[in-house]
Amino acid sequence: MNVHEYQAKEIFARFGVPAGEGKVARSADEAVEVAKLLGGEKWVVKAQVHAGGRGKAGGVKICDSVDEVKKAADGMIGGELKTKQTGDVALPIHSVYVEKPADIESELYLSVLVDRATRRVTFIASPEGGMDIEEVAENTPEKITQVAIHPAAGFQAYQGRELGFFLGLDKKQVGEFVKVMKGLYDMFMATDASLVEINPLVTTKQGGLMALDGKLDFDDNALFRQKEFAAMRDITQENEREAKAAEFDLNYIQLDGNIGCMVNGAGLAMGTMDLVKLHGGEPANFLDVGGGATTERVTEAFKLITAGDGVKAILVNIFGGIVRCDLIAEGIITAAKDVGITVPVVVRLEGTNAEAGRKLLDECDFDLIAAQDLTDAAKKVVAEAKKG
Amino acid sequence: MSILVNNDTKLIVQGFTGSQGTFHSEQCIAYGTNIVGGVTPGRGGETHLDKPVFNTCADAVAETGANASMIYVPAPFAADAILEAEAAGIKVIICITEHIPVLDMLKVRAVLDNSESVLIGPNCPGVITPGECKIGIMPAHIHKQGKIGIVSRSGTLTYEAVFQTTAIGYGQSTCVGIGGDPIHGLDFIDVLEMFENDPQTEGVVMVGEIGGTAEEEAAEYIKANMKKPVVAYIAGVTAPAGKRMGHAGAIISGGKGTADDKFAALESAGVATVRSTAEIGSKMEEILG
Repeated sequence: MNVHEYQAKEIFARFGVPAGEGKVARSADEAVEVAKLLGGEKWVVKAQVHAGGRGKAGGVKICDSVDEVKKAADGMIGGELKTKQTGDVALPIHSVYVEKPADIESELYLSVLVDRATRRVTFIASPEGGMDIEEVAENTPEKITQVAIHPAAGFQAYQGRELGFFLGLDKKQVGEFVKVMKGLYDMFMATDASLVEINPLVTTKQGGLMALDGKLDFDDNALFRQKEFAAMRDITQENEREAKAAEFDLNYIQLDGNIGCMVNGAGLAMGTMDLVKLHGGEPANFLDVGGGATTERVTEAFKLITAGDGVKAILVNIFGGIVRCDLIAEGIITAAKDVGITVPVVVRLEGTNAEAGRKLLDECDFDLIAAQDLTDAAKKVVAEAKKG
Repeated sequence: MSILVNNDTKLIVQGFTGSQGTFHSEQCIAYGTNIVGGVTPGRGGETHLDKPVFNTCADAVAETGANASMIYVPAPFAADAILEAEAAGIKVIICITEHIPVLDMLKVRAVLDNSESVLIGPNCPGVITPGECKIGIMPAHIHKQGKIGIVSRSGTLTYEAVFQTTAIGYGQSTCVGIGGDPIHGLDFIDVLEMFENDPQTEGVVMVGEIGGTAEEEAAEYIKANMKKPVVAYIAGVTAPAGKRMGHAGAIISGGKGTADDKFAALESAGVATVRSTAEIGSKMEEILG
């Protein structure tokens, strides 16, 4: 689960990670109030959306007067932002972060995540801050280093010194950096984070350190015990259909194609999308209907898949293990009728009572196409999509 | 021979009396799995499904000599259940539970790295040695005792591979679902090594998916150490970057962990691969003859 920059910075502050001075504003007038509260003569107004790359997209404005702050906030709040990271999607801007500008000496990169190969909480650092870290990794990998935290020892100061000196910091800054790393590690562990990214972490002309930007993602699986952060979820920043799917305990990811997919099991769902592509079609979505393919779930799944107009055919691929295929078939027939599906639906059922299930599909008065096997199903649905 | 579980396995079930635990225990008992009891704190001394219920794993092991555990405990408490099983000396711990917090699993692995116990899962369908022992949620009837070892990150994709290898008559020696989480117990290499050393296994099917580098590491391992044929399938060629595809561990991060990279690593290590879920069985048939 993601949170906004202003929320990340507030949480950073609790753990002693310096993030400058700033406050969120939900209207242009509020932005003016914040600017006055902060004082000074210059402010940075930043659109609060769950995506990076805001600067290049016009989502970050440096303002030399309170009037400019008002204008900048006015131009952002209520509008949308499309960045390199959001692709074709524009995210709605409901708030801005108004902060005092930093006197930047240099820009560094620092992130914390769980490295799944080593099974360690790991810090990644680079003196190439303010850039796309993936590009740095690609072009100048020697400019990135990492340290892994041993679970028994926790963060140790020498690890901060190791990274600090690698980053080219002076002795005093290294001391500060060690504190920042400790704060981030404590925060990561206490909040069940999955990713913390500070890009850039700046050194100021005054010799200090400051998180100029802050990204904080939480482990979805731990939100049950992180209720304060769970409440920070901003659904306006999520894909509407994906969020709706989660309400019904369905896993749904929107894609670009025109063949809708409904499958039980994440791996098989991915495999089914791949199979459609292999046979010349384009999957419209990933959808894992999960262990209980009941009529209710299948109905919601059909609604999600057909929500847009782009779907020309649907492939339902269910491997009935514990759940019987004849029951699944009944569920599919009922759901398709209830939702009023108008595009061809190809159904491949396998597993318990598969024959009985297929018979029900063949005999029902709704136009469902029963497939003999996986390959047959893929070929049929691709052909149907091409017709429409 | 098989690996991990067989006729000698004595299984306890943690979360025995819950609805999931009860349902799947019934299925396993019906298959012939030797469930010797279960653990539900506070209900020790009771009987459930004609088996004794214990308050703790330690009690269960002392009374029954259990050497394996199947865990259906809800996610907030599952890591605790795994650690309890390990502390009780249970050698094979199979955790079905999904949605366990990642940092909990880091702790679990830190303990298991210094233990004689092995963990399979979490977020997995379990392990089955057809004809001998079923521990998990897999549909029993599609399996057939035989010679193909299957190791997979996905539940229903495993069933596809089982279905196909049963259909061609090969059957399975043992099927191991290692699960869909980023931090988990046995990985591909661990299970491949077991299959390589198992006289009953003649060929191996490996089912991977996007996220992480386990398949790439397995490719290196296979090239250096395995003589038995391996057929590999990777799901997620069409998965978009940065999105979690159902499984917590199925995510392409920072450009890494793509299905194409995994196929490339496996192919350059000389492993036979298939691009279609439907061709796993036929490819194995082609190789084994």
